Amino acid sequence: MNQLKLDQLAKGQRGRICKVEGEDGIAIRLMEMGLMNGEVVEYVGCAPFGQPSTYLTRGFRLALRPEESRRIEIEPIS
Amino acid sequence: MTTTPPVTRTSQVALIGNPNTGKSTLFNNLAGLNTRTGNYPGVTVEKKVGRIHWDGIEIDLIDLPGTYSLSPRTPDEMVSVDVLMGHAPSIGEIDAVVCIADSTNLERNLYLVSQILDMGIPTILVLNMWDALKERKDEFNLADLRERLGIPVIPAVARKGTGSKEIKEALATLLRDKPKPKRLNVFPAPFNAAMEKVRGRLAETKSRPLAEYEIERLILDVNGSVERRCLTHTGPDFAEFLASVRQELAEQNCIVPRIESECRYQWAKSIMSGLFTRDDAVKPRSISDRIDGLLTHNVFGLIVFFGLMFLIIQTIITWADPFMGWCEFGQETVAGWIEASLAPGPLRSLLIDGVIAGVGGVLIFLPQIVFLFLFISVMEDCGYMSRAALMMDRFMRLFGLSGKSFLPLMSSFACAVPGVMAARVVENQRDRIVTMLIAPLMSCTARFPVYWLLTMTFVPSVVLFSIPMGGLAEGGGWDFTLPALVIFLMHLVGVVVAIPVAFLLKKTAFKGEASPFVMELPDYKWPSIRTVAFRVYDRAKAFVVRAGTLIFAATLVIWAAGYFPGDHAVQHELEARMESLDEETDSEQLAALEEEHQEISARLIETSFLGKAGHFIEPAVRPLGWDWKIGVGVVASFPAREVIIATLGTIYSLGGDVDEEDEGLRGALRESTWPDGSKVFNIPVALSIMVFFALCAQCVSTLMVIRRETNSWGWTIFSFSYMTILAYIAAFFTYQIGMLFVA
Repeated sequence: MNQLKLDQLAKGQRGRICKVEGEDGIAIRLMEMGLMNGEVVEYVGCAPFGQPSTYLTRGFRLALRPEESRRIEIEPIS
Repeated sequence: MTTTPPVTRTSQVALIGNPNTGKSTLFNNLAGLNTRTGNYPGVTVEKKVGRIHWDGIEIDLIDLPGTYSLSPRTPDEMVSVDVLMGHAPSIGEIDAVVCIADSTNLERNLYLVSQILDMGIPTILVLNMWDALKERKDEFNLADLRERLGIPVIPAVARKGTGSKEIKEALATLLRDKPKPKRLNVFPAPFNAAMEKVRGRLAETKSRPLAEYEIERLILDVNGSVERRCLTHTGPDFAEFLASVRQELAEQNCIVPRIESECRYQWAKSIMSGLFTRDDAVKPRSISDRIDGLLTHNVFGLIVFFGLMFLIIQTIITWADPFMGWCEFGQETVAGWIEASLAPGPLRSLLIDGVIAGVGGVLIFLPQIVFLFLFISVMEDCGYMSRAALMMDRFMRLFGLSGKSFLPLMSSFACAVPGVMAARVVENQRDRIVTMLIAPLMSCTARFPVYWLLTMTFVPSVVLFSIPMGGLAEGGGWDFTLPALVIFLMHLVGVVVAIPVAFLLKKTAFKGEASPFVMELPDYKWPSIRTVAFRVYDRAKAFVVRAGTLIFAATLVIWAAGYFPGDHAVQHELEARMESLDEETDSEQLAALEEEHQEISARLIETSFLGKAGHFIEPAVRPLGWDWKIGVGVVASFPAREVIIATLGTIYSLGGDVDEEDEGLRGALRESTWPDGSKVFNIPVALSIMVFFALCAQCVSTLMVIRRETNSWGWTIFSFSYMTILAYIAAFFTYQIGMLFVA
């Protein structure tokens, strides 16, 4: 399967998380928020100046900056 | 009637929950207005405790900050763990925990629940926003959830006040029965073995015995707060030991730190499985998504946002004005009563210029604080605040901050006192302190009179360019003049300087692991009047009681510094004579006395401690182009920047009741000379004073609010020092470079 970073999803597109990079505070925080392997994420859209972006996962909306979303590898779901 | 066994002490109950779950609303419902606030030692977290009386039991409800997890990495995050583990000295053992969760987002909320159950404290789970869950065409099996969790689970709609009675009843039962719950263990066998190993090793060290949850944190949080605290007792080889334990765990497929989120979410999934009849991985498009389409739209979203920001600034500057007028009127009225009943003397001066000025100096900020927090509370409660932070994030990254800091900094253009208080909306502790430290650099309205007086007196009214407006404007065009440019630039100076200051602070004092920007965007909802009213009341009360006392005390000290050690006998005698005269019949005599009084007042301020300080710093302010009179004015304006105008009036023997439009004062400034006869003021001097005031920390109220909000004299002194040094350097270069052009 072709893998993408979370910030490469197209608007409205969904993906399944296959990896969260790193073991630092940022990675922990992302995982605590439920961004873990196997979860489905949908890209909702981005804020006026191009970032941060909004995602939908586990039934809630989450805003992430590109630095953070780039750490998440996903497998797009068609 | 049931007889209740006597409870020997007030029960301590902690309230905790994820952000955006309605925790503060529930706190207000349970405790009402019976609350008190304070600080935990050494951290910025506000300690809020409410008293509940229910069924013969007295409960202290401790409101802990909203959090997604209890894995402390900063001292502020450690507070919640310390309180729950019974390590907070002012609170002691915790008897029960009330954990509030968003029932529409239960799975993620269960992460925190699992950590609390892990601590083995009797817990009640409140499922808030129960009505929203019911609206979904979905069955929810509450009985199964109760059974699986093994704790009381109470549905509630905090916004409507429902559920509070049931929560209090459940709490009372829990506190009477005193169950000893078994702690939840979500981890696999190798992890538990590792915990035993760590416990054994700890026993060999000087560390106090740790609770199970603390040992978990020790293993899971690499370089976390528990580890750092532990290492101070155990010595450095313990760190190596911990690393080897983590390494061993990794070899057994328990990779720290991700093992925690894996196990907890696995547990959450098992609790949730089958509770709903339908299982949506991703929520369907909701009304909130459609509103977001508009409110965070590239064009429309920004128009709404800036319109709202304009309204807020307009409100705290203009709408607060009549209330501030009443404040001043009240002050004058009381001062009038005192004047009528008390002969001039030190006591009267203390009462009027110290006590009443001090009380007034506190109350004058209240209207602005109330209005600003009214907006903030509505924005937070309806869910717009996180969208505003989202839209401003890109811009605020210039300062190295996040979008959350925009509103506090913008509000500081009206006044830094409500601005610094508004920094509370920034959850991240480092960002919050940096925001508070740079907020006073924003050009507040108190600086305007200083800019106006000096610009209008010394900057020639040259038209730089003219925009033809046809018949729309008087004279057929709109002139952009040099004074307008100068005043505009003065407002810009602070912002421009704030960028490198914030950047340096983040690189030095607040260095460390970058904090992630992970922000939840909650569903939109109608703001609850009750929640908003509580929050506004809470902030106003906190300001008056906690910051107000400091501001008041500081005003008294400054009054004393301006009054002593001079001999005021002649001044007070003159005042007594002036008051005995009639304005109509003795106007000539009165004018003569007034002149004498103004001269004596000028001499008294010069010989007061404040005046002496002004004289003392003269050599230091000489390179800024200032004489001792300006020096005294700057020192004396420590209570608030605009005070310099009244002080200059007093020093130039014009009396203290001049304003920035006063022609007499403008004339006196123009005519002011050095002993050799040359003029003191020219354009570079005027500019250097303005630049100094743009950047200095001459506002005791702001400093006292920073003291309260950072809970640290260190940061307060730092604010004052860095701003004063910055102001001095900038004024120095302004004057010196300016003089090159004049010469």
